[in-house]
Amino acid sequence: MHTITLNHGLGGKQMHEFIKNSIMTKLQNGILEKMDDSAILKNLKTNRLALTTDSYVVSPLIFPGGDIGRLCVCGTVNDLTTSGAKPHALTLSFIIEEGMDLSVLDTIIDSIAQTAQEAQIQIVTGDTKVVEKGKGDKLFINTSGIGFIEDHVDISTYHTKDDDDILITGPIGNHEIAMMKARNLIDFDLTIESDVRPLNLPIENLLKQKVLLHSIKDPTRGGLASALYEIVEHSQVEITLFEKDIPIDNVVKSVCALVGFDPLYLANEGKFIITCPKKSSQDVIKAFGGVAQIIGKAKKSNHPKLLMQTESGGIRKIGMLETMQLPRIC
Amino acid sequence: MLSDYEKIQILRDKIHQLSRTEVSFMEVCGTHTMSVAKHAIKSMLPKTINIVSGPGCPVCVTSQTDIEMSLILARSENKIICTFGDMIKVPSRQDSLSNYKNVKIIYSPLDALKIAHENPKQEIILLGIGFETTTPLIAVTIKTAKQEGIKNFSVLSMHKTVPSALQLILSSPDIALHGLILPGHVSAITGRKYFDFIKDYHTSGVVAGFEALDIMECIYLLTKLVEENQVEVINNYKRIVSEEGNQIAMQLLYEVFEDSNCQWRGIGEIPKSGLKIREPFQTYDAKIKFDIPIENIPEPKHCRCGEILMAKKSPPDCLLFKNTCTPLNPIGPCMVSSEGTCAAYYKYL
Repeated sequence: MHTITLNHGLGGKQMHEFIKNSIMTKLQNGILEKMDDSAILKNLKTNRLALTTDSYVVSPLIFPGGDIGRLCVCGTVNDLTTSGAKPHALTLSFIIEEGMDLSVLDTIIDSIAQTAQEAQIQIVTGDTKVVEKGKGDKLFINTSGIGFIEDHVDISTYHTKDDDDILITGPIGNHEIAMMKARNLIDFDLTIESDVRPLNLPIENLLKQKVLLHSIKDPTRGGLASALYEIVEHSQVEITLFEKDIPIDNVVKSVCALVGFDPLYLANEGKFIITCPKKSSQDVIKAFGGVAQIIGKAKKSNHPKLLMQTESGGIRKIGMLETMQLPRIC
Repeated sequence: MLSDYEKIQILRDKIHQLSRTEVSFMEVCGTHTMSVAKHAIKSMLPKTINIVSGPGCPVCVTSQTDIEMSLILARSENKIICTFGDMIKVPSRQDSLSNYKNVKIIYSPLDALKIAHENPKQEIILLGIGFETTTPLIAVTIKTAKQEGIKNFSVLSMHKTVPSALQLILSSPDIALHGLILPGHVSAITGRKYFDFIKDYHTSGVVAGFEALDIMECIYLLTKLVEENQVEVINNYKRIVSEEGNQIAMQLLYEVFEDSNCQWRGIGEIPKSGLKIREPFQTYDAKIKFDIPIENIPEPKHCRCGEILMAKKSPPDCLLFKNTCTPLNPIGPCMVSSEGTCAAYYKYL
């Protein structure tokens, strides 16, 4: 087995060969392979630039439906998209633990290349560090990204308005349940995959058509409920969810029933919550291939809160997640 | 055919029309507590009907002394503690099982035997928590250990049975109950007849499932019984529960365990309400196998879990609730357990 050694991080011959052979060949785009200390981005005509950064420490590195490579591209692309930006370029930094299996790293870099292509985004600069065995957990990745916001776009978690529809772009909870399965925390037989995917293209389409959207939020750690709490507080609205309309796959429902989890708090990596005026909702549903769904309604309120109209017709509060259901899921 | 939603709306109207008397119905089981809160059942009922929680969350009724005993075992050398998830965060004197790497969360008690096989040099201790539903599984685990000659395995039995606690509550002069929502899972093992004794206390009961429709049907039936001045124990969960229950499971339970006096959190000792391991299986009794130095540990000051379990108080009556006692920093087990009354109030109301 070929593994990463401390030499891979020394800045010498082995490091250059590794970067050239294992990374550049897969990610080349006319800028990255110049290997300058910084990437020069030209001809940027924009008034507003979005900038974001995120670190990925997920374990295991490869899980059903994805891997840390796919996650690190999607996470940053999706974060940019939530502000209404069109993602333009990403950075990519590896912190690798000595002894890491090179073939696994290879698979992950392939996955980064494929996901970047899927999201139509370039990785323009990067860094590689190697830490001694025991000082890391195989691989950590940091990605930063920039994106441009068109002048007519004004999307923020502060902009949800009275009478807005609340939409989710597909079934919730799959990522966290897939991670539980990958970690053998549940040992019954089930087929489930993480939903990790880039969501920038459907949003770009909507914005190109000038469809009015008010807020976009990715319900990652803390799930749908925690993400909605942010919108509720920032926009000073009361949101009522309709339990019967929240899409949840049967496998997620069954696991939740068995281990006592609430799917509203499960992490997702390929879903957006979108709030918009009623007239935009059908366009949003169409943009996400018909799987997006209206799950609630916003109302202006001096006492912002999150409520659930239960399937049986009752009304209750949805609480904030207080304790972790699982450590390190993204 | 009517949908569940439509059926619930019809029941809701019927309950509103029927209810005249001010009544309190108790959900005996922790899963019902969570279901009532999650489905927002209370928001659909008239003001005359009050739903209170009972002693049916096994973690919540575990005494401070038993929790401390589990911790003493976790701190001692060469031991692996196996437990269901809810127990690990229950606090005792600034400590909890979550602080120990040798505590493993299991989903089935038989997993503990697997761990015993894999770690022959360690002592594996299974925390035996639960009512009539869980205990037969623990009994099977102990019998299997005996058959397979596994020596490094034992159970710290904190098991309890439902009837004695209900008798205590029903005979208490300061709790007025008009009906019991009887536990569906426990009844699947014990059978409906097991609960006939509550009629001696002029109280009706309905064995119920856990969906919103099950619970609304149960409340409708209890309301009807009260308004018609009748006392009955009805099985409304026939798809799971029979008259006699699962007799094989009950036989297994009493083959391995026998009734014993038992400490309940906040309530104190209730005669014959616990289950201890019978003599032929004593080598699997952690209390006998290990000399656990234990004194009686008082429950935290101001913690009202005991009175909440007895339906004498509701969580907002407790000084600590939402102030110092939160899911992040629980003081009593009713806030820790996913089936605890305080956790349900905190999350949904």
